[in-house]
Amino acid sequence: MKKKTGKTVKENKTFNILNIVVLLAFTLIIVVPIWNVVVSSFSSSTALASGSSTLWPKEFTLQNYQKVFADSSIWRAFGISVAKTVLGALTHVFFCAMVAYGLSKRKLVGRGFYTTFGVITLYFGGGMIPYYLLIRSLGLLDSFWVYIIPGMLSYYDVIILMNFFRDVPASLEESAKIDGAGDWTIFTKIFLPLSKPALATITLFNGVAQWNDFMTAKMFITDQNLYPLQMKIYEIIVQSQTKGFDNAALANSVVQSSSKGVQLATIIITTVPILIIYPLLQRYFIGGMMVGAVKE
Amino acid sequence: MVLPGIAFMFVFTYIPIYGLVIAFKHYTITDTINGAPWVGLENFKIILGDKYFMQAVINTLGISLLKLLLGFFIPVVLAIMIYELKDGPFKKLVQTISYLPHFLSWIILGGMMISWLSTTGLMNQMLSGLGLIQQGSNHLLSANKYWMIAVLSDIWKEAGWGTILYLATMSKIDPTYYEAARIDGANKWTQIKKITLPFLMPIISLNLILNVSNLLGSNLDQTLVLMNSQNSARSEVINSYVYRMGLTQGDFSYATAVGLGISLISVILLLITNTVTKKMNDGESVIF
Repeated sequence: MKKKTGKTVKENKTFNILNIVVLLAFTLIIVVPIWNVVVSSFSSSTALASGSSTLWPKEFTLQNYQKVFADSSIWRAFGISVAKTVLGALTHVFFCAMVAYGLSKRKLVGRGFYTTFGVITLYFGGGMIPYYLLIRSLGLLDSFWVYIIPGMLSYYDVIILMNFFRDVPASLEESAKIDGAGDWTIFTKIFLPLSKPALATITLFNGVAQWNDFMTAKMFITDQNLYPLQMKIYEIIVQSQTKGFDNAALANSVVQSSSKGVQLATIIITTVPILIIYPLLQRYFIGGMMVGAVKE
Repeated sequence: MVLPGIAFMFVFTYIPIYGLVIAFKHYTITDTINGAPWVGLENFKIILGDKYFMQAVINTLGISLLKLLLGFFIPVVLAIMIYELKDGPFKKLVQTISYLPHFLSWIILGGMMISWLSTTGLMNQMLSGLGLIQQGSNHLLSANKYWMIAVLSDIWKEAGWGTILYLATMSKIDPTYYEAARIDGANKWTQIKKITLPFLMPIISLNLILNVSNLLGSNLDQTLVLMNSQNSARSEVINSYVYRMGLTQGDFSYATAVGLGISLISVILLLITNTVTKKMNDGESVIF
């Protein structure tokens, strides 16, 4: 018996070491390529063309960034991205909360019908083309509002908020009613402040989705002035690809390879805002996922 | 306070569902949906003889099945490994870093990949550093490598994020199970096999069902960024085909018919996998 336990301890030690080594390798596989992009964005065009900057900038330069910042259309796209992220996430969370508040009231007439009506939207839809035709007939093509209005409500988020609202003590609501508060006051003064963690989770995740979204612009926007950053990058990438950017012959030309540095600098600039709110987001990962899992 | 929401869902989900009727019509951009002439199943008949569509189906299935085969169990293994780490800075670091790629959009990642896979990019630098190749080439321009590129990049992006649900499930396991097992002399492998895995089973099968039912809904964003004229024979998927036929070429009715056909097949797949896992889990359903 004693011998067996000793063997187990040794096996567990091997397991732990193996575990750490594999996970370390896994994190390196994620970090090294990203680091390579960061480094390359600070490298000169000749260094990029020869492929000599791998883990440390070769011929360090800020030129790529200067070129990006000198382009006024990038600033404009940045503004559009910020506007659609902030406005989109806030209207989304507020509208979802409003609907969830109403649906969380058991006395609501027709509640069963409304929830079925909502759940169906999670599983069925018309698909890409009928959706496009709808957006077109609503006159949202080439309008900034196409970023905001169609994304205002997701029934998935309504369910999450509904679960939160059910946990608000009924006595709070009752005492407010006695003081003469109406539904709207109860919603904004009691339910919203008490559900801050859930509201923050949904706002942050929706904000990230808004920031990263490019399909909306790709499908519904042709006016370059309304392009968000993601669409801008898409254009830069696609242009460089169709130009045969990576042909061996062209790779040597400074013009072509400097555009690679500019691409990478734009990519880094677009990613920085995500990295800034990342620590905030992380706090809500597990909690948010748990709420989501309960629904399944 | 509910009614605006209901009105919203009616407009943005139910009207498009009604819009599906154009799959059975000959709709052009100048028509109204109701005014377009009926053509019955004609659009669906064209699908069967469309070799570009068939190519897109093969690509979609190929890429999705590879993603499923190679990518599905990696998050399970990773989650168990992370769970077995002692709480501390290293565990935190692994988690923080592994979730990160999930928050990069496909456009950003696509841009990065074009750089990594280019003639002078990271991939070729490493390969030549190891002495495996003499001359670098652009991997994205080679159609034969596209499936692997699409699959591996998807795994790279989502594997870490996929662990969250499993980690959340494992956090609910009562630690006394492990203590009891240790006293009985069970090593880590036995503990994982006899305690952790059984706990994860329901959520694993749920995920599997959702993945299988999504076999035909391969990632549009990813395809749009990584596709180029050289690899399009291997990179065109159903969604990008629908996008091109409908929005680029204006063949709305045909594109809608393709989309509708694919959703129907997906629903059937969902029902089949649900039945199969139900049998495997002793009659306990995971979805319905």
